[in-house]
Amino acid sequence: MHTLSIKQLGEALRARKFSSRELTQHYLKRIEAFDPQLNSYITVTADLALAAADAADARLARGEGGPLTGIPLGQKDIFCTTGVRTSCASRMLDKFVSPYDATIVKKLQAEAGMPMLGKLNMDEFAMGSSNETSWYGPVKNPWDVTRVPGGSSGGSVAAVAAGLAPVATATDTGGSIRQPAALTNLTGIKPTYGRVSRFGMIAFASSLDQAGVVARSAEDAAQVLQAMSGFDPLDSTSLDRPVDDLVAPLGRSIQGLRVGLPKEYFAEGLDAGVRACIDGAIAELKKLGATFTEVSLPNSPLSVPTYYVVAPAEASSNLARFDGVRYGHRAEGVTALEDLYSRSRAEGFGPEVQRRIMIGTYVLSHGYYDAYYLQAQKVRRLIYDDFRRVFEQVDVILGPTATDVAFKLGSKTDDPVSMYLNDIYTIAANLAGIPAMSLPCGFKDGLPVGLQLMGNFFDEAKLLNVAHQYQQVTGWHQQSPKGFE
Amino acid sequence: MSLSPEQIRQVAKLARLELNPSLTDAYAGQISNILELVGQLSAAKTEGVGPMAHPLDMTQRLRPDEVSQPDQREAFQAIAPAVQDGLYLVPKVIE
Amino acid sequence: MSYDNWEVVIGLEVHCQLQTKTKIFSGAATAYGAAPNTQADPVTLGFPGVLPVLNHDALQMAVKFGLAVDATVAERSVFARKHYFYPDLPKGYQISQYELPIVACGHLDIELADGSIKRIGITRAHMEEDAGKSVHDAYAGQSGIDLNRAGTPLLEIVSEPDIRSSAEAVSYLKKLHQLVVYLGICDGNMQEGSFRCDCNVSVRPRGQKEFGTRTETKNVNSFRYVEKAIEYEIGRQIDVIEAGGKIVQETRLFNPDTGETRSMRSKENANDYRYFPDPDLLPVVVSADDVARIRATMPELPEAKRNRFVEQYGLPKYDATVLTGEAALADYYEAVVKTSGGDAKTCANWVITDLLGALNKLGKEIGESPVSAPMLAGLVARIADKTISGKIAKDVFEAMLAGEGDADAIIKAKGLVQITDESAIIKAIEDVMAKNPGQLAEYRSGKDKLFGFFVGQAMKATQGKANPDALNRLLKKKLAP
Repeated sequence: MHTLSIKQLGEALRARKFSSRELTQHYLKRIEAFDPQLNSYITVTADLALAAADAADARLARGEGGPLTGIPLGQKDIFCTTGVRTSCASRMLDKFVSPYDATIVKKLQAEAGMPMLGKLNMDEFAMGSSNETSWYGPVKNPWDVTRVPGGSSGGSVAAVAAGLAPVATATDTGGSIRQPAALTNLTGIKPTYGRVSRFGMIAFASSLDQAGVVARSAEDAAQVLQAMSGFDPLDSTSLDRPVDDLVAPLGRSIQGLRVGLPKEYFAEGLDAGVRACIDGAIAELKKLGATFTEVSLPNSPLSVPTYYVVAPAEASSNLARFDGVRYGHRAEGVTALEDLYSRSRAEGFGPEVQRRIMIGTYVLSHGYYDAYYLQAQKVRRLIYDDFRRVFEQVDVILGPTATDVAFKLGSKTDDPVSMYLNDIYTIAANLAGIPAMSLPCGFKDGLPVGLQLMGNFFDEAKLLNVAHQYQQVTGWHQQSPKGFE
Repeated sequence: MSLSPEQIRQVAKLARLELNPSLTDAYAGQISNILELVGQLSAAKTEGVGPMAHPLDMTQRLRPDEVSQPDQREAFQAIAPAVQDGLYLVPKVIE
Repeated sequence: MSYDNWEVVIGLEVHCQLQTKTKIFSGAATAYGAAPNTQADPVTLGFPGVLPVLNHDALQMAVKFGLAVDATVAERSVFARKHYFYPDLPKGYQISQYELPIVACGHLDIELADGSIKRIGITRAHMEEDAGKSVHDAYAGQSGIDLNRAGTPLLEIVSEPDIRSSAEAVSYLKKLHQLVVYLGICDGNMQEGSFRCDCNVSVRPRGQKEFGTRTETKNVNSFRYVEKAIEYEIGRQIDVIEAGGKIVQETRLFNPDTGETRSMRSKENANDYRYFPDPDLLPVVVSADDVARIRATMPELPEAKRNRFVEQYGLPKYDATVLTGEAALADYYEAVVKTSGGDAKTCANWVITDLLGALNKLGKEIGESPVSAPMLAGLVARIADKTISGKIAKDVFEAMLAGEGDADAIIKAKGLVQITDESAIIKAIEDVMAKNPGQLAEYRSGKDKLFGFFVGQAMKATQGKANPDALNRLLKKKLAP
């Protein structure tokens, strides 16, 4: 059952070939069997999942429900879920049981009828590129358990890649959907900023955060993203415009598609083996009728420095609410107010989160604001303008998702800067707010390589169409890691 | 741009993070490296460029002035570290 | 103490709670006096993942204020985050407006003691969220936090440092208070903290151009306290400087019990608020059309109303000022004039002297008056059509206050209808003349002063109901030798 696509699962459920309860139980058993190796789930919600599966079965028996009804999913533990711990992989929220649901939780679970298997591991407060900053321990890459799955959505990708969930939600602030998808042979999409509601998604960097999905194919991703997207009055930054049909156009030909290859994405720093896979993908797309031109995003080398001002600045502010007063970790034996704050926060946050809070505090502080924050916002506009200009010439931009394949656990934990450079190709899309995705395009030394597609604002359907057409003629995305059959 | 341990202590104080003294130097080194990375921004030519706070060229939506949030104090305070008589308790506030 | 050698410079920051039903960024209620934390929803509490959405009415009210003080209403204003840690500030930052406030460059004219007009500049007014409250004394070693007030919309109105005395400060505040209540954007309740003031005070030697170092006294919540706090600060600062000391720029707290101000320990550390645009909120855009639409809903403002009252009703400036002191009172007066068809000045006298006097005694607001405008109009109408005399009317008014019904009902029940039947009046006069032959003889021999005696006696004989004009006329005729 765990090798079926979302579409096949939906058809089988509606044809009553198996029930949602059976399907959900199957996944719960797999989690029990395989997750000890991976650590992809922080919380498994078996009882709730089965109750939701029964409700889905009842809907299906009445001939109700939609294409996703009864198909279980994993939720990144950044989304608030009523009655279930929402930890954000932080000690700070180890005991936080949310009194409300995130909008996407309502949409996918209550409305679409997808039972939640559990809450997925991640980097603490989504800060990391290797899933090693989690309070609940690192997640392992199913393709090689001595390697990282990428981050911050490491639990989401490890679970889907190993067949411990048919699909999972994820979030992307600087590449946290695309980079882990690339490192685990999955298809992951970060839609246009504002496309998916941020309500109930614990904020890291508000102007960059965007929720999306990781799946085993573009077709799977399209169906789930369709159900997650849409206007939300509870989020001031939610896009108030209709969501395109993402599924119907998947079958369209991409004959005549204009693809831009940004020269900065193929410069020094890109691994040759990864480059070879990307070149292979370009050749396949040419066969499908796409045309390629070199384009330039001249300010893209500044995207990492820009990001490491904007994201920590917003994070330092967003995380100020964790003070041990109304919820969350509170240091014991404290008698002075200042100690309540500084000790609760020092105990509740891990080192990477504290590092970023300090950077953010520093760049916003008096005397440094103009040089760092304001300058970063100006460069952000330059990066945005680069994309605007290029999208006048091309339909999509293609490049690598990551410079290399998955690296060894622990190899970069002491060197934040080299860790940050992992996101060199993914960050620009967040700064500009455009949709971007990663899809499998080959292997280097047995480890998956990801191809990145970036689209103009609101062009999720086009990206998914290109990815789907590519996946019709290639088999990379159908490869599964060994040992999780 | 490098930060001294003293600057790290000041920033940590501003951010209300108790610093483990044995880690101050490590933080100072790591954060200095990060600031060196972001220091590349100073070379960018940004004269006449407007700062971009947000990717969306949208304006603020308004909410009707209608009560939509009922009292749920009990549920909200069930997860609070310390409450009494409906109040959140903290060590004494000195004004 | 003489301050002759010193000039005082005052700027005021007024925090005015906007009179919305819900919070500035969430749908929790803002009613005063609810049980602790029962009006604190996830947004108010700063729970993880929840997001702010701006209240439509709060914005409208801010724009109204801008129009009322002849300010520029920003086409584009931006919310920023102001960071500091305090238990009554749930998110660790306050959402406020910093670089781009909604209102800038306005002014308010105040009247000085000598009758001259002084213009006080309003630098800016911006929207922000209120903080919660700490309860200090109930728990040993601990404070309790109530976040009901957190997130209540505030308009912070910042004056230019144009104010030169505590009297000017109070005059400015009273004018501002009247204005926001008139506009219906604030209930003006100072005890409940709906309208509170931070006073920035400095002194400088007369003739010096540079400002002296200022102190900021926080959250002073009555006009009298503002006067006292400023006076105390002026005296203290002059004493410090004259003794060779220096003023420290600091935040101070006013103690109403002692009338003194003291430095606030909690604000000792220089704050670094780390303002930046709130990424959860987008720029607030108010178009020219929006402004025009809001302008059309603006009520008549106090000054315009006063001038109109002088012109339209021919009232003295004093009467017009009193009657337009509150919008509700002005409306009351106008209703009385319109419904009664009586003389405008007579109506003004009734409202100012009788009604306000009575309400004052009862400790009631105009909105709670036991005598409604139609009731008072009914009374004035009966005077105008000579059903009752002005003197009887006073008794009727007392009866109305006591809840005995409207004027007509009281007049009927008590038989107070004025006697206009001349034969009845003549009979009363003749009776009086017959009973008082001595006085009659004296009057007729030229003692004119006794005329009043006869009026009094005749009135008494008619239980005060004789029409005074007719009585006078007939009495003169009858008494004539």
